[in-house]
Amino acid sequence: MKTISPEIPQPDLEEIDYDELVERVDYDFGLSRRSFVKVLGAGLLLAVTLPAIAQESGQRSRAGGAKNLGARIHLGKDGSITVLTGKVEGGQGARTELSQAAAEELDVALNTVTMLMADTGTVPDDGGTFGSATTPRTVPAVRHGAAAARNLLLEFAAQQWKVERSAVQMRDGKVFDATGKRSLTYADLANSDEAAKLLEQAIPSDVALTAVAELKVLGIPALRPNARDIVVGAHKYPSDIARPGMLYGKILRAPSFGAKLISIDLAPAKAMKDVVVVQDDQFVGVTAPNSSLAETALQKISDTAKWETKPQPSSKELFDYLVQNAEGGVPKNPYADEIAGAKVVRGTYHVPYIQHAPLEPRASVAEWNDDKLTVWTGSQNPFGVRSELARAFHLPPENMRVVIPDFGGGFGGKHTGECALEAARLAKAAGKPVSLRWTREEEFTWAYFRPAGVIEAEASLDAQGKIATWYFININSGAQAVESPYTAGKKNCHYVASKPPLRHGSYRALASTANNFAREVFMDEVAAAAGADPLEFRLAHLENPRLRAVLEKAAKEFDWSTRVKNKDPNLGVGLACGMEKGSFVAACAEVAIDRKENTIKVTRVCQAFECGKILNPANLLAQVQGGIVMGLGAALREEMQFENGEITNASFRKYRVPRFDDLPELDVHLLDRPDLPSVGAGETPIIVIAPAVANAVRRATGKSVNALPVRLLEA
Amino acid sequence: MDTKISFTLNGKARTVTTDADRSLLEVLREDFQLTGTKFGCGEGQCRACSVLIDGVSTPSCITSVGDVAKAVIVTIEGLASGDQLHPVQAAFLAEGAFQCGYCTAGMIVGVVGALKQKPAASEADVMAQMQKHICRCCSYAKYKTAIHRAVTQNGKAHA
Repeated sequence: MKTISPEIPQPDLEEIDYDELVERVDYDFGLSRRSFVKVLGAGLLLAVTLPAIAQESGQRSRAGGAKNLGARIHLGKDGSITVLTGKVEGGQGARTELSQAAAEELDVALNTVTMLMADTGTVPDDGGTFGSATTPRTVPAVRHGAAAARNLLLEFAAQQWKVERSAVQMRDGKVFDATGKRSLTYADLANSDEAAKLLEQAIPSDVALTAVAELKVLGIPALRPNARDIVVGAHKYPSDIARPGMLYGKILRAPSFGAKLISIDLAPAKAMKDVVVVQDDQFVGVTAPNSSLAETALQKISDTAKWETKPQPSSKELFDYLVQNAEGGVPKNPYADEIAGAKVVRGTYHVPYIQHAPLEPRASVAEWNDDKLTVWTGSQNPFGVRSELARAFHLPPENMRVVIPDFGGGFGGKHTGECALEAARLAKAAGKPVSLRWTREEEFTWAYFRPAGVIEAEASLDAQGKIATWYFININSGAQAVESPYTAGKKNCHYVASKPPLRHGSYRALASTANNFAREVFMDEVAAAAGADPLEFRLAHLENPRLRAVLEKAAKEFDWSTRVKNKDPNLGVGLACGMEKGSFVAACAEVAIDRKENTIKVTRVCQAFECGKILNPANLLAQVQGGIVMGLGAALREEMQFENGEITNASFRKYRVPRFDDLPELDVHLLDRPDLPSVGAGETPIIVIAPAVANAVRRATGKSVNALPVRLLEA
Repeated sequence: MDTKISFTLNGKARTVTTDADRSLLEVLREDFQLTGTKFGCGEGQCRACSVLIDGVSTPSCITSVGDVAKAVIVTIEGLASGDQLHPVQAAFLAEGAFQCGYCTAGMIVGVVGALKQKPAASEADVMAQMQKHICRCCSYAKYKTAIHRAVTQNGKAHA
């Protein structure tokens, strides 16, 4: 594999955000050695993983970086107001929230603001849409831009009327003079001769934002602006984009991970009318006027393909494999000697690979115009995809335009641009626009996974029943939430990388899901060893007031102290809490065990969540409810199975995700904190679900739970 | 082998000459540019591709176009009358029931189909049918509220 990065700056290692690291598919469609050298002439040569890191860190430092006011807000002469952002809408509510942010500071009605999102040819690079960053970073960036535009209009009016700035007033998107008789609008500003020049100025960093108590749009439930298009089927998702003369593509996939294509006979497909076949080293694909024809063509050549496979670990041996391949070995408990004789609790926890499985699989339409490319695709990282395209085709990023229509779900699973690259390569060969839509099987197999992990935990208690030492090691899944929020005499918490057998990457809250599962389940074991109630034991070890507040709220609303005394052997209750990305969450769950059917049913979840000042209560509720139910899938059923490099459950039939009948009674409490800055909410609500359910199952069965998904052990 | 296949699509007589084995979903999307009906799994497991065939909500991804000759097909695009939303669409919109919205068309068609099959359907009857549908954003709580609204308030009258 070649390792090139034509346009990527030297990575600032301080800026690396390990939350969001994803291994990219390293396509190189350089086509000729000459272009390779040309592009690389003044560039940098970096190790293969560094470009990905640099890409994301570079974006982070530029996040919210509209270089001037005009790059953030376009004021139309017809009165239209368009706000530009590099953020994407994948169902998490950014379009609505950023519209609210702009409308608030412009002092206009919400429905007068149009968001133009994620078109790299037009919008500022606000960084990828991940890490719960839209709310804490992009909302303020948009508010600053909008407030600056509002100030421009105020100044413009004062100048026009030759009065003091203090003598003009903003009301419902209009500026009035002291008499209230004269008024000016954003359209008047746009039609003025000075408009273009005024909008060229940088957004001042000290512009005052509306005080929390004065907010009129933010904090009020708001409906998604394009909701109507969705219920009538008119909204164009990436897989719905059509271009004149467009063809449909299919890609040849290896039969197993790591398999190498040795030979293939392309002739049977080439002989087909209207079919184009392309091979570029290991990349083989076809295009045809419709999908069935493309599928037939691909089938004909894939039957002739010869592959060299190499042995791959299977899911059965996954956890041993991760431990054996832990980098530098698994660090031992440094307190091993001193805890001899004390009450000691140990646990080992297994978290499997799972898939995001967004309902819209990866989809792209690519269209070339000479050496300029436009790609419509579903990704959480438009500028990242642009860089990937530039790198793969050895062209300057300015030649690559990436457009992200509102797409069908991401959940941290769509940070990359592999589908865009594939569509672009096919379109290059076909000389026509090409639509490439991954199948469900491709999405389950070739998209990256939430990392699997092994967690080793050991704790000792002092004579008062308090935690004396705490040792907690995560192998492979990541560092998020590996630190414990609970007080302890001494703590030793680490993340250790391993050699992942599957390509892994981000997910909602990433490793927080694994680390919170293990820590909160282990806490119940430690509480039991101390002879304490899980709630009381946690509160006795918790200092963070925000975390205490959500835990106390969830427990109170769930009526923990009563329900925990329940003696029905088929019912169990459990709780868990945690924090991530600046927000705080606690949940209590009740499960019903059917011993005859060997099933677990979650009957009730009570969750308290706090993310500072609430900006869109309706969307926040949807995110929390969705996070809870998605969390139930990972808690009870989801698990990738693989053998010899093949995923063996790559379908919704074999990989069961939550459905309507999995919906428990939901009791959600959103704690509004107007005194605190707003942070994101798309991730954190999920992190407590698996441990709360596991703890409830443990309470019902009396048996420790050590792995996800939670299963009843055979009697 | 191309075959001439005729059917009624969203109230209009249509004829297509194509391979009869192609899925109805593909023909709707690629030949008729009716992209409101979505691909989700290709095996009838998620119902994002639901359309009404002679009034029955059916997964179009596992229905071949040859099998719908002479049938009456209604897609999400054919539910509203002009600017007037179908009551089930109106209920889903009023509740802001979806997140990414990719499964929404299939969900709406599923509810309309359930109510057409059994105009006196209870909410439980409808929910039993909706068990076939996947919302990966897991917006089931809001969908349930929307379905309640559709069934109790305005769904039946227009089923």
